[in-house]
Amino acid sequence: MKLHKILSLGVFGAALVAGSASAEVRDIRIGVDVPYEPMEYRTPDGELTGFDIDLGNALCAEIGIQCEWVVQGWDGIIPGLQARKYDAIMSSMTINEQRREQVLFSDPYITPPSAWFAPGDVEIGTPSEETLDGLTLGVQRGTLQDNYVTDLYGDVADVNRYATADDMVLDMDSGRLDAVFLDFPIGKSTLLDSEAGDYKVVGKKITEPKEYFGEGFGIAFRQRDKELAEAFNAALATLKENGTYDEIHERYFGAD
Amino acid sequence: MEALMTWLEAQLADNSIFTLQTLGYYGEGLVTTVQLVFLSLIIGLVLAVPLAIGRGSRHRWISLPIFLYCYVFRGTPLLVQLYLIYYGVVFVEGIQETWLWVILEKPFVPALIAFTLNTAAYTTEIFRGAIKSTARGEIEAARAYGMSRGLMLRRIVLPSAFRRALPAYGNEVIFMLHASAIASVVTIMDLTGAARFVYARYYAPFDAFLFVAAIYLCLTFAILYLFRYLERRLLAHLKPASG
Repeated sequence: MKLHKILSLGVFGAALVAGSASAEVRDIRIGVDVPYEPMEYRTPDGELTGFDIDLGNALCAEIGIQCEWVVQGWDGIIPGLQARKYDAIMSSMTINEQRREQVLFSDPYITPPSAWFAPGDVEIGTPSEETLDGLTLGVQRGTLQDNYVTDLYGDVADVNRYATADDMVLDMDSGRLDAVFLDFPIGKSTLLDSEAGDYKVVGKKITEPKEYFGEGFGIAFRQRDKELAEAFNAALATLKENGTYDEIHERYFGAD
Repeated sequence: MEALMTWLEAQLADNSIFTLQTLGYYGEGLVTTVQLVFLSLIIGLVLAVPLAIGRGSRHRWISLPIFLYCYVFRGTPLLVQLYLIYYGVVFVEGIQETWLWVILEKPFVPALIAFTLNTAAYTTEIFRGAIKSTARGEIEAARAYGMSRGLMLRRIVLPSAFRRALPAYGNEVIFMLHASAIASVVTIMDLTGAARFVYARYYAPFDAFLFVAAIYLCLTFAILYLFRYLERRLLAHLKPASG
Protein backbone atom coordinates (compact mmCIF):
# COMPACT_ATOMS: atom_id res chain seq x y z
CA MET A 1 0.00 0.00 0.00
CA LYS A 2 2.66 2.42 1.09
CA LEU A 3 4.99 1.41 -1.72
CA HIS A 4 2.16 1.82 -4.19
CA LYS A 5 1.53 5.36 -2.94
CA ILE A 6 5.19 6.31 -3.25
CA LEU A 7 5.32 4.85 -6.73
CA SER A 8 2.28 6.73 -7.92
CA LEU A 9 3.67 9.96 -6.41
CA GLY A 10 6.89 9.33 -8.29
CA VAL A 11 5.04 8.91 -11.57
CA PHE A 12 3.04 12.05 -10.87
CA GLY A 13 6.26 13.92 -10.09
CA ALA A 14 7.93 12.72 -13.28
CA ALA A 15 4.92 13.87 -15.27
CA LEU A 16 5.15 17.29 -13.62
CA VAL A 17 8.84 17.65 -14.50
CA ALA A 18 8.19 16.58 -18.09
CA GLY A 19 5.29 19.04 -18.27
CA SER A 20 7.35 21.99 -17.06
CA ALA A 21 10.22 21.09 -19.38
CA SER A 22 7.99 21.26 -22.44
CA ALA A 23 6.46 24.51 -21.13
CA GLU A 24 9.91 26.11 -21.15
CA VAL A 25 10.51 25.61 -24.86
CA ARG A 26 7.01 25.42 -26.28
CA ASP A 27 6.18 26.22 -29.89
CA ILE A 28 6.10 29.97 -30.36
CA ARG A 29 4.94 32.71 -32.70
CA ILE A 30 7.39 35.39 -33.83
CA GLY A 31 6.33 38.92 -34.81
CA VAL A 32 7.96 40.49 -37.88
CA ASP A 33 7.41 43.69 -39.87
CA VAL A 34 7.71 43.18 -43.64
CA PRO A 35 9.04 44.36 -46.01
CA TYR A 36 12.47 45.37 -44.78
CA GLU A 37 14.88 43.95 -47.33
CA PRO A 38 17.05 41.96 -47.04
CA MET A 39 16.22 41.27 -43.40
CA GLU A 40 12.59 40.28 -43.99
CA TYR A 41 10.54 40.43 -47.18
CA ARG A 42 8.34 38.36 -49.41
CA THR A 43 9.38 36.42 -52.48
CA PRO A 44 7.32 37.12 -55.63
CA ASP A 45 5.06 34.17 -54.80
CA GLY A 46 4.31 35.64 -51.37
CA GLU A 47 6.52 33.54 -49.12
CA LEU A 48 8.35 35.19 -46.20
CA THR A 49 12.10 35.22 -46.56
CA GLY A 50 15.15 37.21 -45.48
CA PHE A 51 18.03 37.04 -43.02
CA ASP A 52 15.81 37.23 -39.93
CA ILE A 53 13.40 34.63 -41.26
CA ASP A 54 16.12 32.12 -42.23
CA LEU A 55 18.09 32.64 -39.02
CA GLY A 56 14.90 32.48 -36.94
CA ASN A 57 13.86 29.20 -38.56
CA ALA A 58 17.36 27.79 -38.08
CA LEU A 59 17.29 28.79 -34.38
CA CYS A 60 13.87 27.18 -33.89
CA ALA A 61 15.06 24.00 -35.59
CA GLU A 62 18.15 23.96 -33.33
CA ILE A 63 15.98 24.33 -30.20
CA GLY A 64 13.57 21.78 -31.61
CA ILE A 65 10.34 23.81 -31.65
CA GLN A 66 7.87 24.95 -34.28
CA CYS A 67 7.89 28.68 -35.04
CA GLU A 68 5.12 30.54 -36.78
CA TRP A 69 5.71 34.02 -38.22
CA VAL A 70 3.15 36.76 -37.52
CA VAL A 71 3.29 39.91 -39.65
CA GLN A 72 2.82 43.09 -37.61
CA GLY A 73 3.41 46.78 -38.44
CA TRP A 74 6.43 48.38 -36.77
CA ASP A 75 4.43 51.04 -34.88
CA GLY A 76 2.65 48.41 -32.80
CA ILE A 77 5.24 45.66 -32.70
CA ILE A 78 6.18 45.97 -28.99
CA PRO A 79 2.57 46.48 -27.79
CA GLY A 80 1.68 43.36 -29.85
CA LEU A 81 4.31 41.33 -27.97
CA GLN A 82 2.93 42.48 -24.63
CA ALA A 83 -0.62 41.78 -25.78
CA ARG A 84 0.49 38.16 -26.47
CA LYS A 85 -0.28 38.32 -30.18
CA TYR A 86 3.11 36.60 -30.50
CA ASP A 87 5.89 35.49 -28.14
CA ALA A 88 9.00 37.02 -29.70
CA ILE A 89 10.01 39.76 -32.11
CA MET A 90 12.68 39.10 -34.70
CA SER A 91 12.44 42.09 -36.98
CA SER A 92 15.76 43.95 -37.20
CA MET A 93 15.16 45.42 -33.75
CA THR A 94 18.10 47.30 -32.30
CA ILE A 95 18.83 46.64 -28.63
CA ASN A 96 18.72 49.84 -26.57
CA GLU A 97 17.95 50.96 -23.04
CA GLN A 98 14.52 52.42 -23.77
CA ARG A 99 13.34 49.18 -25.38
CA ARG A 100 14.97 47.13 -22.64
CA GLU A 101 12.54 48.69 -20.16
CA GLN A 102 9.73 47.07 -22.16
CA VAL A 103 11.18 43.80 -23.41
CA LEU A 104 13.86 41.17 -22.74
CA PHE A 105 16.51 40.90 -25.47
CA SER A 106 18.53 37.92 -26.63
CA ASP A 107 22.24 38.32 -27.35
CA PRO A 108 22.75 40.51 -30.43
CA TYR A 109 22.69 38.39 -33.59
CA ILE A 110 23.96 41.01 -36.05
CA THR A 111 25.21 44.58 -35.83
CA PRO A 112 24.43 46.41 -39.03
CA PRO A 113 25.68 49.91 -39.72
CA SER A 114 23.48 52.81 -40.86
CA ALA A 115 24.36 55.08 -43.77
CA TRP A 116 23.26 58.15 -45.67
CA PHE A 117 21.85 57.58 -49.15
CA ALA A 118 21.24 60.31 -51.71
CA PRO A 119 20.26 60.59 -55.36
CA GLY A 120 23.30 60.36 -57.63
CA ASP A 121 23.07 63.98 -58.77
CA VAL A 122 22.91 65.50 -55.26
CA GLU A 123 26.27 66.75 -54.05
CA ILE A 124 26.65 66.39 -50.29
CA GLY A 125 30.03 66.36 -48.55
CA THR A 126 30.67 64.32 -45.43
CA PRO A 127 27.40 64.65 -43.50
CA SER A 128 27.64 67.32 -40.80
CA GLU A 129 25.62 70.27 -39.55
CA GLU A 130 27.09 72.46 -42.31
CA THR A 131 26.64 70.11 -45.25
CA LEU A 132 23.07 69.08 -44.30
CA ASP A 133 21.96 72.64 -43.50
CA GLY A 134 18.60 73.42 -45.12
CA LEU A 135 18.18 70.00 -46.76
CA THR A 136 15.13 67.75 -46.49
CA LEU A 137 16.04 64.43 -44.87
CA GLY A 138 13.99 61.25 -44.69
CA VAL A 139 13.82 58.69 -41.88
CA GLN A 140 11.40 55.97 -40.84
CA ARG A 141 9.37 57.15 -37.85
CA GLY A 142 10.37 55.79 -34.48
CA THR A 143 13.58 54.12 -35.64
CA LEU A 144 17.00 54.77 -34.11
CA GLN A 145 17.85 56.57 -37.36
CA ASP A 146 14.96 58.94 -36.58
CA ASN A 147 16.38 59.64 -33.10
CA TYR A 148 19.93 60.13 -34.43
CA VAL A 149 18.93 62.50 -37.23
CA THR A 150 16.41 64.39 -35.08
CA ASP A 151 18.94 65.01 -32.30
CA LEU A 152 21.94 65.82 -34.48
CA TYR A 153 20.40 67.63 -37.44
CA GLY A 154 16.78 68.36 -36.42
CA ASP A 155 17.61 72.03 -35.87
CA VAL A 156 19.31 72.70 -39.21
CA ALA A 157 17.42 70.41 -41.62
CA ASP A 158 13.79 69.44 -42.33
CA VAL A 159 13.22 65.89 -41.10
CA ASN A 160 10.39 64.02 -42.83
CA ARG A 161 9.22 60.93 -40.97
CA TYR A 162 7.60 58.05 -42.87
CA ALA A 163 5.52 55.13 -41.72
CA THR A 164 7.17 52.73 -44.18
CA ALA A 165 10.46 52.62 -46.05
CA ASP A 166 8.47 52.31 -49.32
CA ASP A 167 6.84 55.72 -48.86
CA MET A 168 10.25 57.20 -48.18
CA VAL A 169 11.83 55.69 -51.32
CA LEU A 170 8.87 56.95 -53.36
CA ASP A 171 9.38 60.47 -52.05
CA MET A 172 13.11 60.36 -52.80
CA ASP A 173 12.36 59.06 -56.32
CA SER A 174 10.04 62.00 -56.85
CA GLY A 175 12.68 64.51 -55.73
CA ARG A 176 11.09 65.51 -52.42
CA LEU A 177 14.05 64.30 -50.34
CA ASP A 178 17.71 65.27 -50.57
CA ALA A 179 18.97 62.34 -48.52
CA VAL A 180 17.71 59.51 -46.33
CA PHE A 181 19.32 57.82 -43.34
CA LEU A 182 18.80 54.06 -43.34
CA ASP A 183 20.11 50.77 -42.06
CA PHE A 184 22.90 50.05 -44.52
CA PRO A 185 21.70 46.59 -45.69
CA ILE A 186 18.18 47.90 -46.26
CA GLY A 187 19.42 50.94 -48.15
CA LYS A 188 21.75 48.76 -50.20
CA SER A 189 19.01 46.40 -51.36
CA THR A 190 16.17 48.93 -51.81
CA LEU A 191 18.21 51.80 -53.30
CA LEU A 192 21.58 50.66 -54.63
CA ASP A 193 20.78 47.18 -55.97
CA SER A 194 17.24 47.82 -57.18
CA GLU A 195 16.23 49.62 -60.33
CA ALA A 196 14.58 52.40 -58.32
CA GLY A 197 16.98 54.97 -59.71
CA ASP A 198 20.47 56.32 -59.44
CA TYR A 199 21.55 56.41 -55.78
CA LYS A 200 24.80 56.50 -53.86
CA VAL A 201 26.09 56.22 -50.31
CA VAL A 202 27.21 59.51 -48.79
CA GLY A 203 30.05 59.39 -46.27
CA LYS A 204 31.07 56.38 -44.19
CA LYS A 205 28.87 53.71 -42.65
CA ILE A 206 27.88 54.85 -39.16
CA THR A 207 27.70 52.64 -36.04
CA GLU A 208 28.63 55.16 -33.32
CA PRO A 209 27.69 56.56 -30.82
CA LYS A 210 26.31 53.53 -29.00
CA GLU A 211 23.55 55.53 -27.31
CA TYR A 212 21.82 55.61 -30.72
CA PHE A 213 23.07 52.56 -32.57
CA GLY A 214 23.01 50.26 -29.58
CA GLU A 215 24.56 46.86 -29.40
CA GLY A 216 23.07 45.40 -32.56
CA PHE A 217 19.85 43.59 -33.43
CA GLY A 218 18.32 41.32 -30.82
CA ILE A 219 15.34 39.03 -30.56
CA ALA A 220 12.82 40.56 -28.13
CA PHE A 221 10.83 38.54 -25.62
CA ARG A 222 8.46 39.40 -22.81
CA GLN A 223 10.41 40.21 -19.62
CA ARG A 224 9.28 37.06 -17.81
CA ASP A 225 10.18 34.61 -20.62
CA LYS A 226 13.77 34.18 -19.42
CA GLU A 227 14.05 30.46 -20.29
CA LEU A 228 12.96 31.16 -23.84
CA ALA A 229 15.62 33.87 -24.27
CA GLU A 230 18.28 31.55 -22.87
CA ALA A 231 17.25 28.77 -25.23
CA PHE A 232 17.65 31.15 -28.18
CA ASN A 233 21.03 32.40 -26.90
CA ALA A 234 22.32 28.83 -26.61
CA ALA A 235 21.05 27.97 -30.10
CA LEU A 236 22.62 31.12 -31.55
CA ALA A 237 25.99 30.19 -30.05
CA THR A 238 25.72 26.70 -31.56
CA LEU A 239 24.81 28.03 -35.03
CA LYS A 240 27.75 30.45 -34.94
CA GLU A 241 30.06 27.59 -34.03
CA ASN A 242 28.88 25.05 -36.61
CA GLY A 243 28.92 27.49 -39.53
CA THR A 244 25.17 27.67 -40.16
CA TYR A 245 25.14 31.33 -39.13
CA ASP A 246 27.92 32.24 -41.60
CA GLU A 247 26.11 30.41 -44.35
CA ILE A 248 22.89 32.38 -43.80
CA HIS A 249 24.83 35.64 -43.46
CA GLU A 250 26.58 35.03 -46.78
CA ARG A 251 23.25 34.26 -48.47
CA TYR A 252 22.02 37.80 -47.83
CA PHE A 253 25.08 40.02 -47.41
CA GLY A 254 27.68 38.30 -49.53
CA ALA A 255 31.11 37.34 -48.26
CA ASP A 256 32.79 39.98 -46.08
CA MET B 1 8.95 84.62 -20.42
CA GLU B 2 12.33 83.65 -18.99
CA ALA B 3 10.79 83.07 -15.57
CA LEU B 4 7.97 81.07 -17.13
CA MET B 5 10.44 78.81 -18.92
CA THR B 6 12.44 78.14 -15.74
CA TRP B 7 9.22 77.44 -13.89
CA LEU B 8 8.08 75.07 -16.62
CA GLU B 9 11.44 73.34 -16.64
CA ALA B 10 11.23 72.81 -12.88
CA GLN B 11 7.72 71.37 -13.24
CA LEU B 12 8.93 68.94 -15.89
CA ALA B 13 12.11 67.97 -14.06
CA ASP B 14 11.03 64.47 -12.97
CA ASN B 15 9.32 63.61 -16.24
CA SER B 16 11.05 61.69 -18.98
CA ILE B 17 8.40 62.07 -21.70
CA PHE B 18 7.04 65.61 -21.53
CA THR B 19 10.26 67.59 -21.77
CA LEU B 20 10.53 71.09 -23.18
CA GLN B 21 11.59 69.49 -26.48
CA THR B 22 8.54 67.26 -26.86
CA LEU B 23 6.22 70.04 -25.68
CA GLY B 24 7.84 72.09 -28.45
CA TYR B 25 6.81 69.41 -30.96
CA TYR B 26 3.25 69.51 -29.63
CA GLY B 27 3.30 73.30 -29.85
CA GLU B 28 4.46 73.30 -33.47
CA GLY B 29 1.93 70.55 -34.20
CA LEU B 30 -0.85 72.70 -32.74
CA VAL B 31 0.14 75.62 -34.97
CA THR B 32 0.28 73.38 -38.07
CA THR B 33 -3.07 71.75 -37.35
CA VAL B 34 -4.80 75.08 -36.75
CA GLN B 35 -3.26 76.57 -39.90
CA LEU B 36 -4.22 73.58 -42.02
CA VAL B 37 -7.79 73.36 -40.75
CA PHE B 38 -8.44 77.10 -40.68
CA LEU B 39 -7.08 77.72 -44.19
CA SER B 40 -8.89 74.76 -45.75
CA LEU B 41 -12.17 75.78 -44.09
CA ILE B 42 -11.89 79.40 -45.23
CA ILE B 43 -11.01 78.50 -48.83
CA GLY B 44 -13.59 75.70 -48.82
CA LEU B 45 -16.26 78.11 -47.61
CA VAL B 46 -15.43 80.64 -50.32
CA LEU B 47 -15.59 77.91 -52.97
CA ALA B 48 -18.78 76.38 -51.57
CA VAL B 49 -21.01 79.47 -51.90
CA PRO B 50 -20.91 79.78 -55.72
CA LEU B 51 -20.87 75.98 -56.04
CA ALA B 52 -24.03 75.70 -53.92
CA ILE B 53 -25.78 78.32 -56.05
CA GLY B 54 -24.63 76.58 -59.24
CA ARG B 55 -25.71 73.20 -57.87
CA GLY B 56 -29.29 74.43 -57.84
CA SER B 57 -29.04 75.88 -61.34
CA ARG B 58 -31.60 74.88 -63.97
CA HIS B 59 -28.83 74.50 -66.54
CA ARG B 60 -27.54 70.95 -66.43
CA TRP B 61 -24.10 71.90 -67.76
CA ILE B 62 -23.62 73.93 -64.58
CA SER B 63 -25.29 71.70 -62.02
CA LEU B 64 -24.08 68.31 -63.31
CA PRO B 65 -20.29 68.89 -62.99
CA ILE B 66 -20.81 70.30 -59.50
CA PHE B 67 -22.96 67.31 -58.59
CA LEU B 68 -20.23 64.96 -59.86
CA TYR B 69 -17.52 66.82 -57.92
CA CYS B 70 -19.52 66.61 -54.69
CA TYR B 71 -20.35 62.98 -55.36
CA VAL B 72 -16.72 61.97 -55.87
CA PHE B 73 -15.30 63.90 -52.91
CA ARG B 74 -18.05 62.84 -50.53
CA GLY B 75 -17.97 59.29 -51.83
CA THR B 76 -14.28 58.54 -51.24
CA PRO B 77 -12.27 58.58 -47.99
CA LEU B 78 -10.26 61.72 -47.28
CA LEU B 79 -7.20 59.53 -46.65
CA VAL B 80 -7.41 58.17 -50.20
CA GLN B 81 -7.76 61.69 -51.61
CA LEU B 82 -4.71 62.78 -49.61
CA TYR B 83 -2.64 59.83 -50.89
CA LEU B 84 -3.71 60.54 -54.47
CA ILE B 85 -2.78 64.20 -54.27
CA TYR B 86 0.50 63.74 -52.39
CA TYR B 87 1.91 60.48 -53.79
CA GLY B 88 -0.18 60.37 -56.97
CA VAL B 89 1.07 63.58 -58.54
CA VAL B 90 4.68 62.36 -58.64
CA PHE B 91 3.67 59.82 -61.28
CA VAL B 92 2.67 62.61 -63.65
CA GLU B 93 5.55 62.57 -66.13
CA GLY B 94 7.85 65.57 -65.87
CA ILE B 95 5.92 67.34 -63.11
CA GLN B 96 9.20 68.06 -61.29
CA GLU B 97 10.18 70.47 -64.09
CA THR B 98 6.99 72.55 -63.93
CA TRP B 99 6.09 75.42 -61.62
CA LEU B 100 3.51 73.13 -59.99
CA TRP B 101 6.31 71.21 -58.29
CA VAL B 102 7.32 74.26 -56.27
CA ILE B 103 3.99 74.10 -54.42
CA LEU B 104 3.52 70.32 -54.50
CA GLU B 105 7.01 69.41 -53.28
CA LYS B 106 6.35 70.11 -49.59
CA PRO B 107 3.53 68.14 -47.97
CA PHE B 108 1.62 71.16 -46.63
CA VAL B 109 0.07 72.35 -49.90
CA PRO B 110 -1.00 68.89 -51.17
CA ALA B 111 -2.68 68.29 -47.79
CA LEU B 112 -4.29 71.72 -47.93
CA ILE B 113 -5.64 70.98 -51.43
CA ALA B 114 -7.07 67.62 -50.36
CA PHE B 115 -8.69 69.06 -47.23
CA THR B 116 -10.06 72.10 -49.06
CA LEU B 117 -11.64 70.08 -51.89
CA ASN B 118 -13.12 67.69 -49.37
CA THR B 119 -14.64 70.29 -47.08
CA ALA B 120 -15.84 72.36 -50.05
CA ALA B 121 -17.82 69.35 -51.31
CA TYR B 122 -19.52 68.82 -47.96
CA THR B 123 -20.15 72.54 -47.42
CA THR B 124 -21.67 72.84 -50.90
CA GLU B 125 -24.21 70.17 -50.01
CA ILE B 126 -24.98 71.82 -46.68
CA PHE B 127 -25.59 75.20 -48.34
CA ARG B 128 -27.56 73.69 -51.22
CA GLY B 129 -29.96 72.12 -48.74
CA ALA B 130 -30.31 75.40 -46.88
CA ILE B 131 -30.91 77.38 -50.10
CA LYS B 132 -33.46 74.85 -51.30
CA SER B 133 -35.43 75.07 -48.10
CA THR B 134 -35.88 78.85 -48.29
CA ALA B 135 -39.50 79.62 -47.47
CA ARG B 136 -41.58 80.03 -50.63
CA GLY B 137 -43.22 83.15 -49.20
CA GLU B 138 -39.90 84.98 -48.84
CA ILE B 139 -39.10 84.44 -52.51
CA GLU B 140 -42.57 85.47 -53.63
CA ALA B 141 -42.34 88.60 -51.51
CA ALA B 142 -38.96 89.46 -53.05
CA ARG B 143 -40.38 88.96 -56.55
CA ALA B 144 -43.36 91.14 -55.65
CA TYR B 145 -40.90 93.89 -54.76
CA GLY B 146 -39.46 93.57 -58.26
CA MET B 147 -36.04 92.33 -57.12
CA SER B 148 -33.74 90.90 -59.80
CA ARG B 149 -32.45 87.33 -59.34
CA GLY B 150 -29.04 88.56 -58.16
CA LEU B 151 -30.44 91.03 -55.69
CA MET B 152 -32.89 88.48 -54.35
CA LEU B 153 -30.04 85.98 -53.87
CA ARG B 154 -27.91 88.55 -52.09
CA ARG B 155 -30.55 90.15 -49.91
CA ILE B 156 -33.01 87.35 -49.19
CA VAL B 157 -31.97 83.82 -50.05
CA LEU B 158 -28.29 83.66 -48.99
CA PRO B 159 -28.60 85.46 -45.62
CA SER B 160 -31.42 83.24 -44.49
CA ALA B 161 -29.78 80.13 -45.93
CA PHE B 162 -26.53 80.83 -44.07
CA ARG B 163 -28.40 81.10 -40.83
CA ARG B 164 -30.17 77.82 -41.40
CA ALA B 165 -26.91 76.15 -42.42
CA LEU B 166 -25.04 77.30 -39.32
CA PRO B 167 -25.59 74.30 -37.01
CA ALA B 168 -24.75 71.79 -39.75
CA TYR B 169 -21.70 73.81 -40.77
CA GLY B 170 -20.48 73.86 -37.17
CA ASN B 171 -20.51 70.09 -37.31
CA GLU B 172 -18.48 70.12 -40.53
CA VAL B 173 -15.85 72.35 -38.88
CA ILE B 174 -15.43 69.86 -36.04
CA PHE B 175 -15.30 66.92 -38.45
CA MET B 176 -12.61 68.74 -40.40
CA LEU B 177 -10.52 69.30 -37.27
CA HIS B 178 -10.67 65.60 -36.50
CA ALA B 179 -10.09 64.56 -40.10
CA SER B 180 -6.90 66.64 -40.14
CA ALA B 181 -5.34 63.98 -37.89
CA ILE B 182 -4.45 62.00 -41.03
CA ALA B 183 -2.05 64.74 -42.21
CA SER B 184 0.82 62.96 -40.45
CA VAL B 185 0.75 60.11 -42.98
CA VAL B 186 2.31 62.47 -45.52
CA THR B 187 5.04 63.52 -43.05
CA ILE B 188 3.34 66.70 -41.79
CA MET B 189 4.12 67.27 -38.11
CA ASP B 190 0.61 68.21 -37.03
CA LEU B 191 -0.76 67.45 -33.55
CA THR B 192 -1.21 63.76 -34.30
CA GLY B 193 2.21 63.70 -35.98
CA ALA B 194 3.75 65.07 -32.79
CA ALA B 195 1.90 62.46 -30.73
CA ARG B 196 3.08 59.65 -33.02
CA PHE B 197 6.63 60.98 -32.77
CA VAL B 198 6.52 61.00 -28.96
CA TYR B 199 4.85 57.59 -28.92
CA ALA B 200 7.45 56.07 -31.23
CA ARG B 201 10.32 57.62 -29.32
CA TYR B 202 9.29 56.73 -25.77
CA TYR B 203 7.01 53.74 -26.45
CA ALA B 204 4.36 55.51 -24.38
CA PRO B 205 1.11 55.36 -26.34
CA PHE B 206 -1.14 56.36 -23.44
CA ASP B 207 0.78 59.47 -22.40
CA ALA B 208 1.38 60.64 -25.96
CA PHE B 209 -2.16 60.15 -27.26
CA LEU B 210 -4.07 61.15 -24.10
CA PHE B 211 -2.21 64.44 -24.09
CA VAL B 212 -2.99 65.11 -27.73
CA ALA B 213 -6.61 64.03 -27.24
CA ALA B 214 -6.91 66.67 -24.51
CA ILE B 215 -5.62 69.33 -26.92
CA TYR B 216 -8.15 68.27 -29.58
CA LEU B 217 -10.88 68.43 -26.93
CA CYS B 218 -9.91 72.00 -26.05
CA LEU B 219 -9.97 72.99 -29.72
CA THR B 220 -13.37 71.37 -30.18
CA PHE B 221 -14.73 73.23 -27.16
CA ALA B 222 -13.51 76.51 -28.62
CA ILE B 223 -15.27 75.77 -31.93
CA LEU B 224 -18.47 74.69 -30.16
CA TYR B 225 -18.44 77.88 -28.12
CA LEU B 226 -17.90 80.05 -31.19
CA PHE B 227 -20.78 78.45 -33.06
CA ARG B 228 -23.06 78.61 -30.04
CA TYR B 229 -22.32 82.31 -29.84
CA LEU B 230 -22.98 82.79 -33.57
CA GLU B 231 -26.22 80.83 -33.36
CA ARG B 232 -27.40 82.92 -30.40
CA ARG B 233 -26.66 86.10 -32.32
CA LEU B 234 -27.88 85.12 -35.78
CA LEU B 235 -30.75 82.81 -34.97
CA ALA B 236 -32.17 84.97 -32.17
CA HIS B 237 -35.35 85.58 -34.16
CA LEU B 238 -36.12 81.86 -34.28
CA LYS B 239 -36.05 81.38 -30.51
CA PRO B 240 -39.34 81.20 -28.67
CA ALA B 241 -40.28 84.50 -27.04
CA SER B 242 -38.65 84.82 -23.63
CA GLY B 243 -40.67 83.27 -20.91
